[in-house]
Formats: sequence, C-alpha cells, structure tokens
Amino acid sequence: MARDATETRDFGGSVKMRYSAFKIFMQGLTGNKSWKPVWREPDPKPEYDIIIIGAGGHGLSTAYYLAKEFGMRNIAVLEKGWLGSGNIGRNTTIIRSNYLLPGNQPFYEMSMKLWENLEQDTNYNSMVSQRSILNLIHTDGQRDAFVRRGNAMFLSGADAELVDAKQLRDELPFLNFDDARFPIKGGLFQRRGGTARHDAVAWGYARGADSRGVDIIQNCEVTGFDIQGGVCRGVETSRGPIRARKVAMCVAGSSGRVAALAGMRLPIESHVLQAFVSEGLKPTLPGVITFGAGHFYVSQSDKGGLVFGGDIDGYNTYAQRGNLPVVEDVAEGGMAIMPMIGRARLLRSWGGVMDMSMDGTPFIDKTHIEGLYFNGGWCYGGFKATPASGYCYAHLLAKDEPHPNAAQMRLDRFMTGNLIDEKGQGNQPNLH
Amino acid sequence: MSQSNRINGGLIDRSQTWDFTFNGKKMQGHPGDTLASALIANGQKLVGRSFKYHRPRGIFTAGSEEPNALVQLRAGAHQEPNTRATVAELFDGLTATSQNHRGPLEYDFMAVTDFLSPFLSAGFYYKTFMWPKAFWEKIYEPIIRSSAGLGSLSMKEDPDSYDKGFLHCDLLVIGAGPSGLSAALTAARSGARVILADEDFRPGGRLNSETLEVDGMSGSDWAAHTVAELSAMDNVRLMTRTTVYGAYDHGTYGALEKCTDHLASSGGKPRQILWRIYSKRAVLAAGATERPIAFGNNDRPGVMMASAVRTYVNRFGATPGQQVAVFTNNDDGWRTAKDLADKGVEVNAVIDTRNQPPVIEIPGARYHRDAKVRDTIGRKGIKAITLADDQVIPVDCLAVSGGWNPNVHLTCHQRGRPEWRDDINAFVPGGVLPVGMTVAGAANGQLSLASALQEGHDQAAAQLKDIGIKVAKAKLPQAEDEARESVAFWHVKESDKRAWVDLQNDVTVKDVKLANHEGFRSVELLKRYTTMGMATDQGKTSNISGLAILAEEAGKTIPEVGTTIFRPPYTPVPMGALGGRARGKDFRPYRLTPSHKWAEANGGSFVTVGNWMRAEWYTRGNEKGWRDSVDREVQMTRNSVGICDVTTLGKIDVQGKDAAAFLNKVYANGFAKLDVGKVRYGIMLREDGICYDDGTTARMSENHYVMTTTTANAVLVFRRMEFARQCLWPNMDVHLISTTDGWAQFAVAGPNARNLLRKVVDDEHDMSNEAFPFMACGEVTICGGMPARLFRISFSGELAYEIAVPARYGNSMMSVLNEAGAEFDACPYGTEALGVMRIEKGHAAGNELNGQTTAHNLGMGRMVSQKKECIGNVLSQRPELVRDDAIKLMGFKPVNPETKLIAGSHFINKGAEANMDNDQGWMTSVAYSPILGHSIGLGFIKSGDTRKGEIVRAVSPLHGTEMEVEICSAHFIDPEGERLRA
Amino acid sequence: MIINHPILGPRDAAEFVCLGDACMIDRPDWEAEDAMQQFHEYGYLRDNPAGQHQELWYHEQGDRSWLVLTRNTLTHEITKVEMARDVARSRGRDK
Repeated sequence: MARDATETRDFGGSVKMRYSAFKIFMQGLTGNKSWKPVWREPDPKPEYDIIIIGAGGHGLSTAYYLAKEFGMRNIAVLEKGWLGSGNIGRNTTIIRSNYLLPGNQPFYEMSMKLWENLEQDTNYNSMVSQRSILNLIHTDGQRDAFVRRGNAMFLSGADAELVDAKQLRDELPFLNFDDARFPIKGGLFQRRGGTARHDAVAWGYARGADSRGVDIIQNCEVTGFDIQGGVCRGVETSRGPIRARKVAMCVAGSSGRVAALAGMRLPIESHVLQAFVSEGLKPTLPGVITFGAGHFYVSQSDKGGLVFGGDIDGYNTYAQRGNLPVVEDVAEGGMAIMPMIGRARLLRSWGGVMDMSMDGTPFIDKTHIEGLYFNGGWCYGGFKATPASGYCYAHLLAKDEPHPNAAQMRLDRFMTGNLIDEKGQGNQPNLH
Repeated sequence: MSQSNRINGGLIDRSQTWDFTFNGKKMQGHPGDTLASALIANGQKLVGRSFKYHRPRGIFTAGSEEPNALVQLRAGAHQEPNTRATVAELFDGLTATSQNHRGPLEYDFMAVTDFLSPFLSAGFYYKTFMWPKAFWEKIYEPIIRSSAGLGSLSMKEDPDSYDKGFLHCDLLVIGAGPSGLSAALTAARSGARVILADEDFRPGGRLNSETLEVDGMSGSDWAAHTVAELSAMDNVRLMTRTTVYGAYDHGTYGALEKCTDHLASSGGKPRQILWRIYSKRAVLAAGATERPIAFGNNDRPGVMMASAVRTYVNRFGATPGQQVAVFTNNDDGWRTAKDLADKGVEVNAVIDTRNQPPVIEIPGARYHRDAKVRDTIGRKGIKAITLADDQVIPVDCLAVSGGWNPNVHLTCHQRGRPEWRDDINAFVPGGVLPVGMTVAGAANGQLSLASALQEGHDQAAAQLKDIGIKVAKAKLPQAEDEARESVAFWHVKESDKRAWVDLQNDVTVKDVKLANHEGFRSVELLKRYTTMGMATDQGKTSNISGLAILAEEAGKTIPEVGTTIFRPPYTPVPMGALGGRARGKDFRPYRLTPSHKWAEANGGSFVTVGNWMRAEWYTRGNEKGWRDSVDREVQMTRNSVGICDVTTLGKIDVQGKDAAAFLNKVYANGFAKLDVGKVRYGIMLREDGICYDDGTTARMSENHYVMTTTTANAVLVFRRMEFARQCLWPNMDVHLISTTDGWAQFAVAGPNARNLLRKVVDDEHDMSNEAFPFMACGEVTICGGMPARLFRISFSGELAYEIAVPARYGNSMMSVLNEAGAEFDACPYGTEALGVMRIEKGHAAGNELNGQTTAHNLGMGRMVSQKKECIGNVLSQRPELVRDDAIKLMGFKPVNPETKLIAGSHFINKGAEANMDNDQGWMTSVAYSPILGHSIGLGFIKSGDTRKGEIVRAVSPLHGTEMEVEICSAHFIDPEGERLRA
Repeated sequence: MIINHPILGPRDAAEFVCLGDACMIDRPDWEAEDAMQQFHEYGYLRDNPAGQHQELWYHEQGDRSWLVLTRNTLTHEITKVEMARDVARSRGRDK
C-alpha cells in the first residue's frame, strides 16, 4: 500500500506523521483508526553517544535540538517515570523574558524567540499564547527597579512597556485600584510574554526527537554512574548498564539525588513550590498578572481554569507537596489584588520540587568529571527556559563549549564571584 | 408541572413550601431539599451542557462527586459559577441558571460541536491550529477560550465576608456516616475531645439514603439519635456543612464550613469559615462513591447512579423517573430496584451483567441476566435503552451501578498510594497514610453497614489507646450485613456509539483507547492527553473506570497501571474563604509612626514603606503639587531647620560584656574600639560579601550599644544577628532586643538644628559643638526631666541630630519640636525631601543597597576590614567582586540642565550602539535638587571613579528617551562635610 | 508542620523561618590558608539529602530561638528538635 503522502521517514527513526487540519479531517472520516503512536517505546541499546538523564522538558528539548540542530542521533533520554513527568508536567506555564542581568536576559530572550516558532518547528501545537505578562508596581523604588529591568530587556532585543495606573485601570478594571493595601502605581508589561500548554511542549519535543532517532526510554531509573579515573563512561540503570561517551544530567528537582550518585555536592537545595488551579471559568483574565508585593501570580488556561501560585514553602523537601500557610498566603494575595475572584473555587493544588540554586540562576556546564555534564538549578523558572536550555545544553554537549547566551551559567561562578543574583538575596536559596 | 415527581416519604419538611427559579422558570421545593432534589421533584431533567461537546446533561449523582449538574447560583455580585446542584441546599427564593451554552439551554448553538466530534478526538488541538501562524492567537485561541470554561464570574468584588479559625482535638472524625458516627460515639463516650465533620447538612451519610436498620430503628432515625447524643456532649464539636478538604503535615487538616450558603442572605455573617484543625489522631470515614458503567450514549439526562436514585427516592421523596430500569454488575444495584418498587415507582427492567439468579424479586420488573445496555435513545432526556441483544426498553430513567470506589482521597494527600483489592474490585487506602490517620468503613473497603459500624468503633478505640485515653465500654450498634457481591465490569464492548468515561470533560472510551494507541500509556499521560479526571469533579466518578479501560487496552492489570495522584482539595474551596479577612486594606497590617496623628493634622500625605505608613510630604497653603511641597521642605531644612520622623529605622539594643566584640564581627568595618558617647557608621555584609545593610551604632555606655538599621531590613538584620549570636559565637556574652517600636525618633536637621534643640533639651546638657560634636551621642533629659537619647548624626548632610523618646511620647514630641522651631521657620519634612537630600549628599539607600552591590561598588571597599573575623569579608574578596573595572557609585548631572533624569536608565558610551554588550551601568536614584536647580542622579557605572567629567548617554528605551549626562562626584552638596560638623 | 520547640512545646511551623542546612553553624576559620575555598564550600555547597536533614529554623514569631531540626525531606517527619546554641557549642563553637 502506498504510504500516506503526509508521512515521512526520518533516518534511524520511526514513522513521522505530519499533523494538520487535513489529517484530522481524514482521520475523523475513517474513525480515527490510523493515528500513529506519537513516539516509540524502545529498549535501551548497550551504548550511545550521549545519554540524557531525565525526560522532562529540558531533557527532551536537549535531545530534540541535538538531533535537529547538531546532527546527532545516537542519543538516549532516560526517564525513571513517564516522559514529561518532571516539572514540565506541573508548573504554571508562564513564558517570559523579563530578566535584568546580562548573564540571564539574552538567554531568556533567545528562549522567547524559540517559543515564538516552536509549533512550526515541531509540528505540534503547544499553544504558545503571547497574551502578555504584567508586573504590578506599588512604590517609586519598585518603579525605578522595573525601569532598569525594562531597559535591560530592550537592550537585549526584548520588548517591554511601562504603564501608569490609569492605563492599567482601562485595561484591567477588575484589579483592586480603590481599596488596596498596596496601591497600584503602574506596571511593566511584556506583551510577548504569556503561556504555553506545558505537557504539549514535552510531547512536541519528544515526538520531534523520537522521529529523528532519539531513544526515549521511560521507566528507566539511573541508579549510578560508571566513573573511572575521573572519566564518566556510562550509567547504571534499573534496566541494566548503558555506556555513553557523554552523560548529561537534566533532572531539575532531583539534581541533588542524582549528583550524589556521582559523588558531587551542588550549589542547590530542593524546595517545594505549590501551584493551584481553579474550576473552569469563561474568559476572565486576558494575560498573566504578577502581584509581587502579595506573592501572587495568575493566568487563565485555555480550558478556563485560573492557574496561580506564589512563594515556595521555604524548607528543603523532596515530597512534592506543601502545607496550608502558603496556600492561604497565595489566596490572600489573590483576593487582595483582584477581589472579584472570591467566588471562584480552588480546584486542585500540587507541589513540584524546585532545584533552587544559590543565586537564583541555573547552571549549564561541564562538571569536574570528564564526560559528565550538568543542567539544573532552574529554581521555579525552568518552564520558560525549556527551549533555550535545551538548545544551549545541546550546543555544549555537541561542541564542548558553551553557547554564548549561557556562557555565564557556570558551576564555578561562586568561586570566582561572578554571581547572577536577579533578586539580590544572596546565598540563601529559599529567598530566590 | 409543580413537583410532578414528588412521592411519599423522605426527610423533607412538607409543612413549608419554598419557591425557587431555574432559568427563570418558577418551581417549588421544601426545607431539606437540595437544588437537585427539588429539580427532580419538579421533573426538570435537562440542567446543563457538557464541556466539550455541549451535550445535554441531567443530574447524575446526589453528592459532591457530581460531574453534570453544575449551575450558576444567585445573581449579581453574588453569582457563583459551577455550583453543584446536588450539594446546594434549597432556600426560599433561590435562583439558579444553567451554564456553558449559547442560546437557551434547550437549543444550545454550540451543540454543533457534538456533530463534529469525529474530528475532535482526544488531543486533536495539539495536531492543528498551527497554520497560518498568526491565526492561533487572533482566531483559534479566542474561539477555544470562549467556548471552554464553564460558568462566569460576575467580575465584581465578592460582597461576602469569610472567616478563619483554628481548632484542636484528640480525634478528628471525617464523615458522619455509619462508621464516622460509630467512631465519634466511641471516642466521645470515652471523654476524648472529638471533632466530627461532615460535608452534608444532615449527618448520617448513606443511612439517610437507605432503608437499612440500625438497633431496630431506621438508619436515619439512628443517625438522628446518635447526633442528638453527641451534640449534648461538651467534648464533642459536631460540624455539619463542613468539608475536610486536605490532609497536611503532622495531623493538620484544612476544613471549610459553609455557614450561610443555605440562606437567602448571609445577613452580615461570614459566608464560610476556613478552619485549620490540629488533631492528635484522625479517623477517615469518608464513605465510598458509586461508579458508572460506560456504554453508548450513557450521558443522557435520566441516566443516573443507582445509589443516587435511592437517595432521591428515600431521602428526598422525589423520583427521577416514572419508568425506571436498573443496570448493574453487583448486588447493591438491586436495592435501587427494590426501593423504587416499594415506593410504587414502576421498575420495568433489571439488567445484570452477571449470569445468576435474581438477587431480589422485583414485582413487575423483567430480569435480564448476563445482559448489557448497549445504547440509549432520547436527546434531551432518555426515552429508551437498547440492550446488547437489541431489545429496546422504554424508560425515562436508567439507574446504573458499577460498584463502589472507597473515598481514599485524603489518604493520598501526602502521596500515599492506594492498593487494589480484587474481592471488591476497588482501590483501598494503602501504603503510608498521613501521620495519625486511620481509615474506617466504606472508605476502607468495608462496604456493608454492620462492618462499617464495627470498624468505626475499632479504629476510634485503637486511636484513643494510642494517645493514652481509656476506651469506655459500650454496646456496639447492631445491623445486618447486606448483600454486596460484585464483579469487575467497566464498559460495554458491544457499544458502537460513544461511551462516556468522564462526563464533564467529554472523555469517551474511544479517547482512552486512542491515547493508549498513540503512546500515552502512563495513567498520568492518559489524564493529561485526554483531560480525563481534570474537571471540577476531579474524576470522582471517572478515574477508576478510565484506568480500568486503559489497563484492559494495554493488556495490564489495574494495579500495574496504577492511579493518578489525589491532591487537595477534596472538593473545591472558594478563593474568598482561603483569603479570609486578609483583603482590601486589611490585606496586611498597617504600622503607623508615632507622629502619625500629628502628621494627619498638619497636611501630611502618606506613602507605604513596607508595612509602615510614612509622611511623604506635608502640603502647605496653596501648594499645587507634591513638587512644591518637597522643594520647600528641602529649602527650609537646608536654610534653617527641618524635622522628620525616622522611627521606622530599625533599632536594636545590643548589651553584654562581649557587645563590642560581637559588633566587630557583624559589621565589616572596625567596631572594637568605639568610645562611650560616640556613634559610628557601619556597613554589614552578607556572608557572600555583598553589602546588606548600613546604619549607625551608638555606644551609650560600657556594655550598651544602640544600633540602627534601614527600615526595610530591620527584621532581617535582627534575625541574622540572632543567628550569629546563637549559632556562630554561642559563648559570647551579648543580648539583643529589638526596640524599633519602643522609641520614637526624629531627625532635626539644618543650620538651626542646635538652636531648636537647645530649647527642648534641658539646660544642664552642654550641646556645644565642642561638648557634643558630630557623631556624639548621649542620654539627656528634655522638657524638664523627660529621658531621651540624643545622637548627632546626619543623613541630609546638614548639622543634624536625631532625638529619641519613648514611643508613647512620639506624637507630643513632634508637636514640641515644631512649636519650638516656629521661631526658626522650621518645617516638618517627609520621605520625599529626605530622599532628595540624601541624593544631594550622595548617601546610598535601598536603590543602591539592592543586594547586588558590594562595598567596592559603593566606593567603600576599604572599609571592609581584612584584619579581623567578620561576616562576609572573606568572600567579598573573590576576584570578580574586586575587579578594577567594577561598577562604582557616582553622581550624574544632565548636560542640558533642563533635562529630567530617569531612574533606571542605562549608561551607554557616546558613539556606542545601545545594546546589552555596551551596557555601562544604570541610574539608581534621581531627584530634582531645588538647591542646584536641576535634576541630579546617583548611579553605578563601570570604572566610575576614574571617569569623572566624562559625558555618557543615559538611555531609557522604555520611555523612548536618551540624554547626555556628566559623571561627577556623588556628593553634590558640601563635599567636604563642613555643614554637618558645624 | 508542627515543630516541638524544646522550651515552648509544639508550635505551628508558620511561626518559624527556615534558613537551611545546619552546616551553616560550621563557619570556617577565616585565617586558614585555604579560607576562600572553605568559605566557598560553606556558603554554597549543600548535601541536599533526600532523607534525614539537619536544618536551622528561627522562631521569629516566638522566642527568637534558633533551632536545629532533624527532619526527613521525603516525609517531613521531625525526629529531633534542639536549641541551635547547644548544637553550636557541642560542635565546638565558642566566641
């Protein structure tokens, strides 16, 4: 039988089915019976060029860009659970590049540009929605800091817009302008910021990587490293040893645990960040709103749920759950800034383990062990970084030199003093 | 059609009839009704539309697990979207409207999606809407968003109030069904402090819905008797309408009590109370939820859970149909048929998937053994069913029973995983339960009444024993063990029509199969891809069936497939309740300065500084804007004298024999040798070597120091000093007390400062420049004997003092100072003038001490001693932090004096392109200097100390502006410091 | 969480502020040859264990004691609560 004209076979990989409205129409007429599996379920091979530990967003995007941009195919992504089960599967879906410091801003703007073409690139609708992100301003000092930030964004090619309270009232009349404990004096918009459908990002990258020959191996936990004479030659897993020329850690909240298997101590602590979603509602919020003074940020998903969050609980944990004081603190912030949500109901809360770094900035770097690479320390901002993190990590793995936009995200920066501390909180992870 | 389906019996009060409306249609009900039971009594089948396909939907359950019957309750600002009709208590005058449709409920325009369903299979949206690129945000997404969502918020401020409360108990019993009542009774009679909470307004659980007997009386009567006994006991708190929604660490539970939701108006009382319950032990007696069976068109109005049909008939005296069939895979479903028949409702068929004799003889009903319902007919309400053997049976209600799922949710809130039990085909609590929790009754898989009563008692007794409470002997309530045999049966394979698994989110058996086929084989992936279990009911009736079908499709057992994780809350909790009273102006407490009242009476305008309210300026006479006031305050202060309340600065009393040595460790500059009666400026570093805070410390006596911190860092500095004292140098003899709120402190600044204070400070204190020079301090008396502290320190750069009095005299002190200053034309000044003067003087404040800058950056690098042990000095010397070309704090003035500088501008060298690579630094603070007559600024710029006189560009693309500025000294005024030493 | 304060008894964790790993008690010798290296490790590197963790909490809304908790980061179970000052002394810290 002649192959469907919209199918292509990439070398080394599985059948790739091109998605389109036409495809959906044809499948609908024939009972949706011939959709292809989105990815294979391969058994691990004995050896790969590169093993990526962790099939979360960053691990999958790393594999995708390694295959697509750097022409590497003999790659395995090992995942102890199901693909996308990392923090890509539990976050508040915000994308933005409103950073301040030179070590960060170009990187996140690179990520934003990758987001803007993600769907066309992966042929998967990740629902990237540039519906804007707003940071509210309540004091003159805050405005000065946001002006500095907005200008830094402009200078690295991003967009920013400063608005006063009157403009905000016209645009978001439901905010608490008249009875606020901390009066709203204005805000900084990034109109290109917004949200994306987090799971779909993982699936899009997984599908793209798989179709280019990358083996995504689920239910395969790394239990040790094969390190001889300071050189990493592979990993031990729940499905047996696998050799590799390069091994790339990419496990976010599990960084401490996995690095310990290689005998490494990291400038990272694991903390829980709770996030929340309300029952579905008709369109309520146009974009992402951040109320920093009240530890509250919120957006509305395409399904209608208000997706919101606040501060981390503040204690070290791997338990993926938090406690009541933060739940109430976040809701108080929400009620303070937009009291019209009082009759919306919190539907579900969850907790993700955050790899909080010592200055709030991540690492994409080689380790002191040859052949072992590290990507982590994303704090609670890893989602927006998914494309650039993957791209820059792939660059490092393929070329053994850092991508210029991630060149400062080094593990040794605390020794040299080249800190990248956006919040100015110092070496206390739970304050970032 | 008033109450056409009302039948005899039930626990409703027929002596009163209430009016309510649904979609404007007038209906009647009785006290004791829910909105759902009243709608059923009035024969209203169609109550809503589903999420994706906008399918007509009716009432499906009788409890908080309801997926279909969601309505908007009340109107105006009280409008409450997505309210389950099954748990909304009826009240006189209730108004409800259906939601998620365009046009009338009966003729929803959006129902067109139902006919397009072949093209809208699970995850279809991930495969399309990508071309052309710009269409996603402009066209596709807005359409998706407006058709998604369910109910609407009013967009008005929630007019109700909410409270929060805290409770403590020995034993928390969650659920007041048979096992919960039994547990509470045992604990209460033993004298334990008991909280018994139930989400229903009538305790009793299934006892109110069944015809079973306990101790020879009807179950509902026994429940009422038990409740009466418990209510009379002082050690019991019975909380109805209270849902324990989450299990948190160490025996803490979150609970929501609905106080006035069942009333037409809250009458000014809190609508709901959010309780935090601290329990020593807890018994979860949350019961079980009946699950459906999936078959073709199993979502039509009139298809209902069998147990819900019993509830409506037995508890509410309302029948969901006049011609009912029962479809079951277990014995329990038969009781629906029996109870209906006993009430005189026609039961025309019982369809059991099992091949066995009838469980109960049902008069008038035809028994179909080893049979299945394949399809249903009737778009807006079921009219008939088709069996797998193609028999068509006319019905107006189909009661479905697929077995029972224990409500294990709270056992999983700390990530415990339930275990599968083959004998009851259900998950029961397993693994590690939350600390202190045990589970009893149906929630633990004890599905029969007698076993539930027994286990409630047993679990309570075991828990009490564990915390040392002797269990009182008492007779256990007696009941029969009803028949409960069941088989695993999840969906009808003979159905070729869509068979719903998740009713609200429109997930069908085909969707589950497609997800598995496409590779979404983990149950978590299944959930995420199909949205199964993600609706407002969180899959209470759908999750287990969905994963059973997934298991079947994947050729695995159900325990191999596993479950998704149940997370709090058990049922949704309003944001208003979680926020409580902390909203509006009460969001955070206000801290008022001691002179707040004086400031209010004297033209003060206030600004939020952290939680403090400070006077930002004092408007006088015909001043038109804030600049007029601020300019005047600066000029009056610099020309004569000004007075400012600076109480908000943190004050820490440091005492002890090792106080000096201690200060020498927490400050980066030397503090070991400071004479009594002297003040010193100090900078504090974090351990990472970054500047953290600055302030002055005064040595009041041999072993007594008074430290000031910045307003913002008062709490944090104190915390860090306690850390240093207790954890780093635990044997030092030093003690700390925060005295920020104990002393009111005022800056008196300007050439006439001494003259003014001379009038206030008692004569015996020599205030001459020789006796009390710059940086002197001492205890004095004022106004004829009042103790005060006097410090000669200056933030403005003028001859200045700060005078401190006990806080209760603060307001009077402000009056006294201003009255004494009248002859010098003294003025009070606010934070704005303070800010202008500190910029004129080049003092760093919050914008410069932002946690990212070092003493080196601030031009104070040499103050950081390397000759002593102190916090931060080692890491402050890291190579990148002491670079020669580091940014330095400098002054900036516009080349064109008419130009207004902008804080937050970035510096770019002349001729260079404005981009991040060429970024030289940024402007931190700007002000208009009324003394110099132009705008001035402070800022950090690379190698600033070597670039004085250079012209650079200050760019603010955010404002679309760019201006030339000259780098200069940060000390715009009196660089030699002659004024402050005058 | 509930913290069983050695002096005050059980208190809600919301009254406390968590600083992190109790290794922060072990501040290095500033005069050591490799002081910079030691302070780097002290300031930045953490074991971050999944399991028993000794950590510093400050009773800010209470008696201002610094405590050392032994708490499991997987279950949140607290098995020991000590006064940080006692721990610091037992680890040889002086003045």
